Amino acid sequence: MEIPYTIEAHPETGLNNGKIGIWLFLASEVMLFGALFATFIMLRLGADGNWGAMQEEAELNVPLATLNTAVLIGSSLTMVMAWASLMRGQLARFRLFGWATVGCGGIFLVIKYFEYTAKFAHDHYPESNTFLAIYFAMTGLHALHVIGGMAWNAYFAGPGSKLFHRNRQWLTDRVEHSGLFWHFVDLIWIFLFPVFYLL
Amino acid sequence: MAEPVQASHAHEKHHDEQSFWRKFIFSTDHKVIGVQYSMTGLAFLLFGFALMMLMRWQLAYPGEPIPFVGSLFGDNRAPGGIMLPDFYNELGAMHGTIMVFLGVVPLAVGGFGNFVMPLQLGAPDMAFPRINMLSYWFLFLGGVTMFASFFLPNGAAGNGWTSYSPLADIALNGQSAWLIGMIFLITSSLLGAVNFITTAVQLRAPGLTWMRLPFFCWAQIVTAFLLLLAFPPLEAAGVLQLMDRIANTSFFIPEGLVVGGEVLERSGGGSPLLWQHLFWFLAHPEVYVLILPAMGIVAEVIANNSRKPLWGYRSLVYSLVFLGFMSFLVWAHHMFITGMGSVMSTFFQTTTMIISIPSVIILSALFISLWGGSIRFNTPMLFALGFLPMFGIGGLTGLPLGLSAADIPLHDTYYVIGHFHYVVAPGTLFALFAGIYYWFPKVTGRKMNEFLGKLHFWPSFVFMNGVFFPMLIQGLNGVSRRLADGGVTYDFAGDVTGLNVMMSVSAWCLALAQIPFIINFFMSIRNGEKAGRNPWNSTTLEWLAPSPAPHGNFDQPIVVKRGPYEYSVPGSDQDFVPQADLVKT
Amino acid sequence: MSEHVDIDKQVRVYFLVFGALMVCTLITVGAAALDVSMPVAITIGLFIASIKASLVACFFMHLIDEKRVIYLALGLTVALFVVLLALPILTSFTDQVGDFERVEAPAPH
Repeated sequence: MEIPYTIEAHPETGLNNGKIGIWLFLASEVMLFGALFATFIMLRLGADGNWGAMQEEAELNVPLATLNTAVLIGSSLTMVMAWASLMRGQLARFRLFGWATVGCGGIFLVIKYFEYTAKFAHDHYPESNTFLAIYFAMTGLHALHVIGGMAWNAYFAGPGSKLFHRNRQWLTDRVEHSGLFWHFVDLIWIFLFPVFYLL
Repeated sequence: MAEPVQASHAHEKHHDEQSFWRKFIFSTDHKVIGVQYSMTGLAFLLFGFALMMLMRWQLAYPGEPIPFVGSLFGDNRAPGGIMLPDFYNELGAMHGTIMVFLGVVPLAVGGFGNFVMPLQLGAPDMAFPRINMLSYWFLFLGGVTMFASFFLPNGAAGNGWTSYSPLADIALNGQSAWLIGMIFLITSSLLGAVNFITTAVQLRAPGLTWMRLPFFCWAQIVTAFLLLLAFPPLEAAGVLQLMDRIANTSFFIPEGLVVGGEVLERSGGGSPLLWQHLFWFLAHPEVYVLILPAMGIVAEVIANNSRKPLWGYRSLVYSLVFLGFMSFLVWAHHMFITGMGSVMSTFFQTTTMIISIPSVIILSALFISLWGGSIRFNTPMLFALGFLPMFGIGGLTGLPLGLSAADIPLHDTYYVIGHFHYVVAPGTLFALFAGIYYWFPKVTGRKMNEFLGKLHFWPSFVFMNGVFFPMLIQGLNGVSRRLADGGVTYDFAGDVTGLNVMMSVSAWCLALAQIPFIINFFMSIRNGEKAGRNPWNSTTLEWLAPSPAPHGNFDQPIVVKRGPYEYSVPGSDQDFVPQADLVKT
Repeated sequence: MSEHVDIDKQVRVYFLVFGALMVCTLITVGAAALDVSMPVAITIGLFIASIKASLVACFFMHLIDEKRVIYLALGLTVALFVVLLALPILTSFTDQVGDFERVEAPAPH
């Protein structure tokens, strides 16, 4: 038994099932991070002017975070290029860009690791104050999303790419959907970066 | 229905030779998954009910040893069979959690939604069958986590189903397990919601326009949106509370919190009210997650058994959608006693009054649908008719709670318990029973026994009211809902504590009244009266499929030609006209 | 789903967007070094972040040319996102008459 509109678009909505599914999932992610941003604002407003002091004491590394921002933006570019390669029917280039995206995710996590260990080395833990608590909570949850996106992309760049020979359109769509998730993760970081490091 | 242009045929080959495990345990068939959800939900409903019956003993006979089972709970819970207050709290918190998240939601949404909705849409299955399976197994994991937490050294969570901080942040009981269990349950609901909405948008049969959709499907769609957008904030809050418990953060812990006479060694700076906001941002829409599928079931059963179209179908649908949206804007009416300003409390009072309007429209339309019908009083119909006044009482007793001046004295009294139990217990649960009796023939190919069904309904109806009506009286007398002794230590409660015995006896009788249902349920699977495709002479699409329906659902092409409730159409030779024409019989 | 898009043109747009995002990142870091009051700094920072986010959403995620169903679902989500952010803050930080309680400005850094 086949599920209709798994690959071809529904005549009325103009979309396949996966596209609607991934956007609905991202909608729920918006609400997940929305709650965390609400928490951030509540804690900041409730800190009675101590927020700046807590932030200064945490000594977040702005150059490293800027580098990380660039890495993630770059990975978004390789992600769309991976999809565009599939649209052009170039499997080898798709796999190259796919692994490049996974690699950028890896670099991001390595830099994040150095940032976290530097915090721990100075006895800055989530329990130290509410700034560090929400910093670790939000960047940690974001890092988990990066790991999830890496696994998803690695699957399609690796074993999942066999689908190219059987059903190219399906693979292209699925890569587009995993790309939507990846760009969303990038988008979250675009807000996390100024909110924690700069303001 | 158009076939995919090119598609994977990988697992089509194995179609007929599926093993027992693939067919019944790790199935991707929405009907099997629906039955899995339903059985899990029913089992947890019984379990949650059992927890409550223990509590009712303590409330009626405080300080007396629990009969029969008292010795099972060990010395740290019930020394000599006498329930300790901590044990009472544990039972209370877990009763709420289990009934809401593991009982009603799996049955109403996971069970009925999964089984019935694709059939009513004329779809072969859900849009993402494997995600559907995953969603059930997340629920199962969550259920196992919750159940297992009773065996932790300090017992299960005992901080109320609302898990208010800072108590829940520092309590030594199984709160962490509760949070992990909730994260599993939330993940399950999110995956399910994505699946439900995609299915409804994409997989409706040709001709099934939005305004031809059965009301039940509308209810499931709105419910899915509520789950999708309201649950993530609780997931976030759950992670933060877990960090408070495990990583010693202070998201919900204020500065200088004194516990047991000593200042707690935490950085502080957090906001206990933030937990309440994030919790109720979910938990108010959650109330509608509990009630909307019930309304959907009742609408189907009433239209079918009054042999009349639903009255005001469009206003029902618009009310439902409006209700769903408004349910996101009322949550702080649970928080009037937290001392918010008059502007904000006016805002939430206003939205709360507004949200009662669509509920009243829906209930009125269902009542009016009965007018002039040739009503069949079979078991599903009795439960559906029982739902209407019970939900009416539940809804109307809620109005005073939506106004802050009336809410402040009533808050945390038994009045609140009486109010929401009227909505959920004789309300939603009756609707769910109606649904079970109504769709049982589609699941098994056999009808349930009518006599046993009536033996189930009438005592349940009487004893439900016996349990919950006195709560309203107690609450108006000011009896707090959180006392492990039912209020005997409070002088002012003296007049009404006697009602506790009546309520407890009613609860135990209510348990006895479920025995005919359990017998009926299991007997009818094998020995019930055989039912054809359409035993109730119904119009909606699920009745065009064989009973029980095979994998892939329909054995004929479905082209929908008319609305969902074409009963007693003048000039027609039958008193019902199905949405699509039946080719095979 | 891009049935008939010119993929080469798309790729050029992707590189332009990438360039714009990089420039915005540098601007936001530079702007943070300016000596302005905290409300102004927050406004500038969030404004640039919103521009970057819109670029990603519109072009990388193809939202500039998407189907109606998805706009509807996202519109609802954005509305509820605003509710989730605004109402808890309004409830917690307004006084009895509904004015914002004075929350002391964070110490400048």
